[in-house]
Order: sequence, then C-alpha cells, then structure tokens
Amino acid sequence: MESTNVKQLEKVVVRFSGDSGDGMQLAGNIFTNVSAGVGNQVSTFPDYPAEIRAPQGSLSGVSGFQVSVGHGVHTPGDLCDVLIAMNPAALKQNIKFLRPGGVVIVDIDSFKEADLRKALFKTDNPFEELDIKAQVVEVPVTTLTRNALADSGLDPKSVAKCRNILALGLVCWLFDRPLEAARKMLANKFVKKPAVFEANSKVLDAGYNYGHNIHATVSTYRIESDTPVPGVYTDINGNTATAWGLIMASEKAGRPLFLGSYPITPATDILHELAKRKDLGVKAIQMEDEIAGVCSAIGASYAGNLAVTSTSGPGLALKSEGIGLAVMAELPLVVIDVQRGGPSTGLPTKTEQTDLMQALYGRNGESPLAVVAAATPTDCFTMAFEAARIAVEHMTPVILLTDAFIGNGSSAWRIPEASEYPEIRVPYVSEDAINSGWRPYDRDDSTKVRRWAIPGTEGAAHRLGGLEKDFVTGAISTDPVNHEKMVQTRREKIARIADDIPELEVMGDTGADTLLIGWGGTYGHLLTATKELNAEGVPTAFAHFRYINPLPKNALEVIRRYRRVIVAELNTGMFADYLQSKLPGVEIRRINKIQGQPFQVSEVVEKVKTLIAQ
Amino acid sequence: MESQNKTYTAADYKSDQSVRWCPGCGDHAILNTLHKAMATLGVPPHKTAVISGIGCSSRLPYYMNTYGFHTIHGRAAAIATGFKVANPEMTVWQISGDGDGLAIGGNHFIHAIRRNVDINIILFNNKIYGLTKGQYSPTSARGFVSKSSPYGTVEDPFIPAELCFGARGNFFARSIDVELAVSQEVLVAAGRHHGTSVTEILQNCVIFNNGVHNPITDRAVRAEKTIHLVHGEKMLFGANKEKGLVQDGFGLKAVTIGEDGYTIDDVLVHDAHTPSNFLHQQLAMMDGDSLPLAIGVIRDVDAPTYDESVSEQVAAVKAKKGFDNLRSMILAGETWTVE
Repeated sequence: MESTNVKQLEKVVVRFSGDSGDGMQLAGNIFTNVSAGVGNQVSTFPDYPAEIRAPQGSLSGVSGFQVSVGHGVHTPGDLCDVLIAMNPAALKQNIKFLRPGGVVIVDIDSFKEADLRKALFKTDNPFEELDIKAQVVEVPVTTLTRNALADSGLDPKSVAKCRNILALGLVCWLFDRPLEAARKMLANKFVKKPAVFEANSKVLDAGYNYGHNIHATVSTYRIESDTPVPGVYTDINGNTATAWGLIMASEKAGRPLFLGSYPITPATDILHELAKRKDLGVKAIQMEDEIAGVCSAIGASYAGNLAVTSTSGPGLALKSEGIGLAVMAELPLVVIDVQRGGPSTGLPTKTEQTDLMQALYGRNGESPLAVVAAATPTDCFTMAFEAARIAVEHMTPVILLTDAFIGNGSSAWRIPEASEYPEIRVPYVSEDAINSGWRPYDRDDSTKVRRWAIPGTEGAAHRLGGLEKDFVTGAISTDPVNHEKMVQTRREKIARIADDIPELEVMGDTGADTLLIGWGGTYGHLLTATKELNAEGVPTAFAHFRYINPLPKNALEVIRRYRRVIVAELNTGMFADYLQSKLPGVEIRRINKIQGQPFQVSEVVEKVKTLIAQ
Repeated sequence: MESQNKTYTAADYKSDQSVRWCPGCGDHAILNTLHKAMATLGVPPHKTAVISGIGCSSRLPYYMNTYGFHTIHGRAAAIATGFKVANPEMTVWQISGDGDGLAIGGNHFIHAIRRNVDINIILFNNKIYGLTKGQYSPTSARGFVSKSSPYGTVEDPFIPAELCFGARGNFFARSIDVELAVSQEVLVAAGRHHGTSVTEILQNCVIFNNGVHNPITDRAVRAEKTIHLVHGEKMLFGANKEKGLVQDGFGLKAVTIGEDGYTIDDVLVHDAHTPSNFLHQQLAMMDGDSLPLAIGVIRDVDAPTYDESVSEQVAAVKAKKGFDNLRSMILAGETWTVE
C-alpha cells in the first residue's frame, strides 16, 4: 500500500479504550498477537477498572489496553501514538496517555448528548472541553458496524458487540497488519459460534476498507520488525507464564504439581490456568480460604508433591504462619505473590512493589526463606521454574514476587524445549541412608539441606512439626543452645543458596559513574530509561535484581564499584533499605513511585538526571 | 521393600518417644486404643500419616511410628486435605482437640467434611483449653467458669455432631476415653469408612476440667446415661439392657420394656447406613439428660470422596487431551513460527 502519508517508526504504542463491555481487551489482544506474528516485539498493559460492571458509559467503567509493538520494545510505552476511544468516558479518562502529535480515533456515533452527560461533560464539544490539540478522526463505528451486518440476521445487541472488531479492522489498516491472521484468531475465539465469527469477520473487513477510504487524511505507519531467535512463538501473559514455569519444574523434578489456592486479584489467573492443566496431571484445588490454600500445599509438600500456593499481598499476610511452618519443617514450598496496590484491600487491580518487606520478614521468629522476583511477563516462566528449583533442591519455602503489571501484561515468547531447562535434583533420602539409621534432620554438609523422605517409603517414617527440633536426632528439643544452633543453621542454609544462583550482571554503560538499580517487574522501564540516558549522553549503568534473598554473590561488590547508586522501585524504598542494611557507607539514592501505575520511562530518565545533577 | 500381607501389632505403631501427657489424662487411653485399632486395620505404619494441629492432644503424632506432622493451630484439616489429595495411597488420620478443631479450625473442619476428603478426624473433646492452662472452649457449657470466664460464659457451645451433620457429614461416631472397647470399635469403623470420618471422644482433662463428663461417665450412672449403638441391633441400654429407644411422634423416647405397653418390638433397630441423616441427628443430639448419650457408630454412609474425584478427573482429562508434556500442550494452542 503506497501512500504519501507513511510514517516509518521503530515502535508504536496503541491504546484501545472503551466501556468495560466493549471488548477492548479482545481487540487489543488480537492486535498484539497479529503484530507479534509479523515479527514485532510486543509488550502489553491491560488497565482494568476495579468495578466488574460499572454503569455503561460512565467514567468508572472505562477499560483500557495499551500495547507497544516494534523493535526494542521492553515496555508498553509511557504514552500512546494512537488512542482509540469508543465513547466520551474513554476519551476523558485516556486522553492524558496520548503523545503530543498523536492521533485519536473516536466512535462519533457514541458522542451523543446522553453519552456526553454520562461522562460528565459540561458542554457539547468534548474535544474543546478537553483542549485536545491532536488530530481527531471521527469514525461512525456504530453505523459502519450496523451497515456491514444489515443482512446478517443478528439482533441489534449482537451487532453492537462487533464494534470493537470494526475498530480493530481500522487499526489493522493503519498499521498494515495482515487481516488473515486477525481472522484466524477470531475463528479460534468463536469456534463454537459460527454466526458470531462470520459477523466479526465481516466488520473486520469493513473497518479495514473504511481506512482505505479516509487514507488521504490519516497517516499510516510502517513499524520496524525484529529478527527474533527462530522457533515457535506464542503470546503469553505473566500469570500464565508463572503457571507454565511451575509445570516445567514439575516435569524436571519428576514430582507431581499441586496448587492449593484461593481466588484473589490479580493472582487468580494462575489458579485458573493450573486448574485447566489437569490435562497435564496438575492437581489444582480451590480451598476455603488463603490459609487453607497454603496449608493444603504444605500437606501436599510433606506428602511428596511439588507444592505451590498463589496469592496477592493480603493473602500473603494470611499465609504467614503457614509459611513459618514450612520454614521450620524444612519442606519445599513455592509461594507466589502477584503484588498489587496496598495496604489492606488497597488498589486491587493496580500494580506496586510494596510486599518486599512482607516477603522477606513477614513471619514470627527467625524465619529466613528465599525470595525471588520476575522481571517481565515471560521471565515469570523462568523465575517460577527457579523458585521451584530452589525450593526443592534446598528444601525451603521460596516466595516469588511478581506484580499486576507483569502478571496481566503479555509479550511474545519463544516456546522453550524442555532441554533448555536443567534437571531439578530432588534430595531424596537414599535407601542406604534409610538402612543406616537416617534421621529427618540429617543435613548435607555443604548446603545444610536435609533430605526428603516421601511418605509411603518403608523405613523412613518420621515426624515433623513446628516445635524446635534437636540438631542431631530431629526430636523435639527446648535446649537453649540447640535452638540457637538451629536458627543459625536455617539461616546458613538460605545464605548458601547464593552458590546456586547466577551472578548479577551490569547492563548499559558498565563503566559509568552512576548505577541504576531495580528489581522485579520494573525491568522493561528501567532498561529503556538506561538506553535513553546513554543515548542522551548521560552515562548510566544498570543492574536488575531477580534474586532478592539471598542476593547474588557478587552483588555488593558490584554496587561498591559505582560512585552514584540509585534504586528505583514502586514503593517508598524497601529494596533500597534492604541493600542499605548490607552496604554501610554507601549512599543509596532513591526513585520511588506509589501510584498503582508502572514507571514511565520519561520520569525515570528525568529523575536520574536530577539525581546526577545534585 | 513392600510388605504385603504382613500383620501388625499395636507395638508396631508406637514410636520410641516418651509420652508427655499428664498422668491420668484421658489422652493416654485414646493413644493406646488408636495403636490397637491401627493394628486391627492392618494398614502398614509407613502407609499411615497422622496429622495434628496444636493443643495437648495434637502432640499425638510424636507417639506414632508412622509418618506424622504436628502442624499449626487449627489447620490440621487443611494440611490433611492437601496431603491426602497429593498422596492418595496414604491412610490419613487427623488429631484435633475441641479448641483446635472447632474454634480456630472450625472453617477447615466443616469444609473438609463437606468435601468428604478421605481422612479420619479424631476429635478429643475435653471442653477446655488445656495447653494454655484452662480457658473455656467452644464446647464448654453456657455458664462455665474458667480463667477466661471468671463469671461464667455467656455463650452456647457447639455440639460437634450437629456441626458435622450441618456440614453434610457421612460418618459420625462417639466414644468416651474410659470406654476402651467402644473406642477401638469406632476407630476401626472410622478407618474402614470411605470419606471423612469424625469420631468424637469425650476425654477427661485431669488438671483443668477434671470430671467434666462424670455426670454421664461415672460407673454408677454410665449404663443409664449412655447407649451403645450398633448397626443392625436394637437400641437398648440400662444395666440389664431393660430400656430402649422408641419413636415418639417426630422425636425419640426412652422406655422401659414391659412398662406402659412397650415391648421389645417397639424398640428401634439402629441403621447407621441409611442415607437420610434425620434419625442420626436425633440420636447424636441426645445428651444424657432425658435421653442417653449415644456412643458407637451413629452414621456411616458411603459417598464419593474428594481425593478420589480429583484423581479421577485428572486421569479423565489427561486421557482425553493426550498431551505428552507442557510443550505439546502449548503447541496445540495459538502459535506462530519464526524461521
């Protein structure tokens, strides 16, 4: 398609917005998958309203889906190049995300007086009222949809439901996306409703063709593709990746996977996915509460399964006592915390990194455990695998921290071969050990790890419990000196995991004076900020932590190399405090944001510059 | 290593740990009875797991030569549920007291019963918190004076059987610590039952609630105040089995055979296996006051178990989809290839 109005872009950001019933997530997802299919890197950010079904057309009912596609994409983008607003409420809520010089596409049929009133506009010109300087493309989406489906025989309600796909067709034209790929996804989605598929297929064409007709007035975009590693790809969000990483670990450990869980936003999708994976032998059960979730997992762990519980912050609080039992019993247990805005019920659908201290210290007594954090949606796979590997090989509970941003966000992901992941060495009790008087708290000298005796094994019957144990016999002990020895031993066991995890890498300009540090789900934004800073001539090194406790062995030495250390995180400075406690004398500067939203690359860049200038 | 057809004695289930309960505590008798019941059931010690919460009775797993887990307060039912679902080959017993099982653990107790997980819950009911030295429990009678209720409680107790039936329980039995033969009989029946079994054992706390069950369990009155129910047998009680239970309108009545025109033919025959729990509830609610307290197996009805249903569903879905591993499952979904 030749046009005089073609913009060549490295990457582009599109934001779909509409009423929560308008199907914006579906349109956004299809656009994402089609883009990934043509070789773009993709990163998505679904922005759900907290309400399940707010009144139609109201400001609180607006649902958004932002996606960045192109080359060098590590985040869903700070601001969008194209905003699709299906109604006035969506326009009002989302115009702040539009980049200067961007384009707004609105369904002008939904901008009637009543619609404007629902969105609390005071005048009848919403564009003036919002002081929109950008180009506004007024598309009669509803009318076009209705016309396209005039002969379909569908009722008006079903017709209206196809509006999102008309918008998708238009966006596909705008970005030169292959319609056939989109059509295939619609066919999959509506495999049981052929009439609905036919209708959507028709309006997809109608939207695309409409684009042709207005093409003199709107620029189209040509987006750079990447040259990804050859392989088979799929689109994956962080929660699904977490679930699949656990399944991979179960295959690699040869132990059945058990999930005991309780629904909680934004972690529930992990329960949903693993409940589906009965087809791979997973036993995922929904318990009566969060406590029962972790306790059933502890029971399953003692019984010999790779046991997991999944939750978000408030649920982690409820699970604390159970996790302490797993610390004491020295059983493998994976606890997944998809962090959300807190405290208390807080901002359930929004993202934060505010559970770090809870993960590290939120238990009674001296109860150290391993804490790891995933960096991106696809990294959830790797870190879920790592959490399970560490739990089993080191006989300890491990908390995996992800967050709402990477849990719901998605990226294209090359499906790995099983051979790309290591075998998980399960520390079974050997038959020799059983025959020569094995005791349940006998330990490996170098790792301090005790052995796992699977119930049902003859000769290995043993009793565990939350009471302090004798270092030698494993029987109950209240001896003061023994208690201190056991406390130190459990601590040492966790510390020695450092021998079994990768060292910290430094990215960006490694020779710079300034080291930017992040952890967990902020990776994409901080990496992009680092690149921009270096491109602007502000030399910046970047280190990102995925292993929190213990820290990688070289971490403190690496940090000490830099004159200026900045920790950026979505809380008031928890990781900075944690590092500071291990780095006396090092001045740690901080960039913090607690708004329930991810960082914007631009704000990180600005704040780093400000801190450097100080 | 697998030992088939081996027979076991009570000693095979006994660990080498010295038992630390107070001298005279009812727990000693229950422990010994459990060892014997397990020998009768014949499940090998290494195929048996005993899981407890916190409290005096919850120390019990340490005295077993089986797999055992002394966990945290109130959570034994949830831990036992996960254990049984994960490793259905094991026979699982849960030990809880009235505080552990019905106060802090009440939620897990009712949900385990509702799901019908194949675990055997033994509820040691001494109507007191012993380990924390004498506070009232959810089974203490209204007005009960304790350290935390110096002027008497102002709340009504749970009746464990009522809670069990409210949660749609399919097995409920009761015994008394001093009734060794009945305890053994009901624990064997509990072990053989398929699904959640709840066995309440009235147990005496010699230190903090000594004699709480005496109005019923004293030798002088026990024959009059209790009735031992046996499936298929007449509901008779009294020192010479001269009394029986008869239907009286919608309720039950205790009569003396040969008096007021009642004959042995009027006396009800116990049917523990009937699916309707209407009469089971009435029998279980008898409190030794106007009607004798029922001991023995009151209800024992077969129903699908949770752990088996989970395993069957996993097997069925797995067979239907036929995936070899994670990768084959993912490849069956939406993918694209980059050359």
